[in-house]
Amino acid sequence: MVDATSQSIGMRIGARVARRQRMADKGFRLTTQFFAVLVLVLLGGAIVSLTVGALPALRAFGLGFFVDPTWQPPKEIFGGLAPIYGTLVTSVIAMIIAVPVSFGIAIFLTELCPPMLRRPFGIAIELLAGIPSIIYGIWGFLVLGPVLQHTILPFLKATLGQLPGIGFLFSGVIYGQGIFTAGVVLAIMILPFITAITRDVFETVPPLLKESAYGLGATTWEVLWKVVLPYSRAGVVGGVMLGLGRALGETMAVAFVVGSAIKINASLLAPGTTISATIANLANSNPSQLLNSALLALGLALFVITFIVLSLAKLQLMRLQRKAGG
Amino acid sequence: MQIASARYARRRAANAVMLSISLAAAVFGLLWLVWILATLLINGVGSLSLTLFTESTPPPGSTGGGLLNAIYGSFMMTLIGTVIGTIVGIMAGTYLAEFGKTSRLAEVIRFVNDILLSAPSIVIGLFVYQVLVAGLFGHYSGWAGAVALSIIAIPVVTRTTEDMLRLVPNTLREAASALGSPQWKVVSMVCYRAARNGIITGVLLAVARISGETAPLLYTSFSSQFWSSDLSQALANLPVTIYQMTLNSTDPRSVELAWSGALLITVTILLLNIIARALSSLGGKQG
Repeated sequence: MVDATSQSIGMRIGARVARRQRMADKGFRLTTQFFAVLVLVLLGGAIVSLTVGALPALRAFGLGFFVDPTWQPPKEIFGGLAPIYGTLVTSVIAMIIAVPVSFGIAIFLTELCPPMLRRPFGIAIELLAGIPSIIYGIWGFLVLGPVLQHTILPFLKATLGQLPGIGFLFSGVIYGQGIFTAGVVLAIMILPFITAITRDVFETVPPLLKESAYGLGATTWEVLWKVVLPYSRAGVVGGVMLGLGRALGETMAVAFVVGSAIKINASLLAPGTTISATIANLANSNPSQLLNSALLALGLALFVITFIVLSLAKLQLMRLQRKAGG
Repeated sequence: MQIASARYARRRAANAVMLSISLAAAVFGLLWLVWILATLLINGVGSLSLTLFTESTPPPGSTGGGLLNAIYGSFMMTLIGTVIGTIVGIMAGTYLAEFGKTSRLAEVIRFVNDILLSAPSIVIGLFVYQVLVAGLFGHYSGWAGAVALSIIAIPVVTRTTEDMLRLVPNTLREAASALGSPQWKVVSMVCYRAARNGIITGVLLAVARISGETAPLLYTSFSSQFWSSDLSQALANLPVTIYQMTLNSTDPRSVELAWSGALLITVTILLLNIIARALSSLGGKQG
């Protein structure tokens, strides 16, 4: 009798404790879920708030805003083509320079480098990838710009500038600041970034595959070109596109050296601008309502472009991951 | 036989040529980076002085002065941004690793988080500008800058927290559950402890990432030439101050200060990265 009562009391306490713990569990789970959903809300909020802010400009100029090259603040006429053009062209220049060089460094790190130096070199590259872009910007503005102006740019003008067909790209007055200089600084900035990813991707290739190829008598280059690259293609493409996403959205490294002229010039040596540089240069300029809205529209365009590029990059990298997993 | 050896020679030659090209590329790439660091060191160390930490930014054209106000502003905003980013990031990472796992919601959040990880920081600045500076506050504010920085820190912390929690062996969770602990205790007292070094690494990397960010601050905290500890007003900070001083390059003192500020930021970030790296390799040994 006594035993039964105490047993039932014990069970009731046990049930209460269990219920409390279940509640606590549920609370914990919901709290973490709340913060996780917050990440989604941030992205959604960014898109919505930029779209709302961009509406006045889009209403005034229509979707033609994105293909209109005129930018005349006194007349309140704004078109986004010049910054969009600058963003795309500087990024293309950066990729043309950075991709082959970072492949070279990645190949050097995985295949050629003496094992003793491999780790320190790898760490150095990763540390460099963490240096903020403003440092590259200052250096580009105070050091590289003047050097390019007096050495490489005149050389390019004298050689490539004389070629028929592409000569116009390297013509005109040489300022040192311009689309080409911005492309070079961007290239140097994304170099460690692409190198680090490419190296990681190269290292996912199973040694057995490489050894088999060597066993058949392949040279180092043949192993790289016919075994390592095909195996890791998805990852390499993903890494390059991540680098492209960086280059497209980069602000400070470009704002210093692009020359900040909001117009499209045929010559790459001429000053131009990019979306991010335009936005950065007009900070605290007390813009009119319409200019402010035009800047937000540009920001929205940049966000959409990088979103697409980064999504594609991510999908490529996920493909490689599945391969490595399966 | 002749043909075979000719082909072999050709293959060998191709190999040598391509490998030399890649070696040249490596040297070429590293030269730029060495050049940047060397200039930074020479110019930065040359203008380093104690007044850097004791005086505020000088008016244009004068000598002397330091970066005290900018250092203070950067420190405060980075601190607040890190606190917010750490709380949100650890929670979100916990959800992804412990609860969401492979559910549709978790997959979407993971994808979006990776996008935010490399989203252009100036756009984040514009977003916070639109909501807080133009909307809620009506003026530049250090708080807005801190919020913008936290949005950049969140994806970094979320990602590392999830990765580190996934490394915690399931047997640990099962052992704790078998003793009757509810899941929140399993996660907070067992998993967090096992993944502690990794999570701290993530937070340090986030600090390193946001302490050099300039673009998101241009539209949020902006900058100020004077000493101010009021976070609800425009607040001086190192990156934007350096930006303005460099553009004002006709003033030699301005450029000097910009170089030393740049050196300060770079050294801080490199140190944070090195500590983070050391911590994570420590964690690896324990596991």
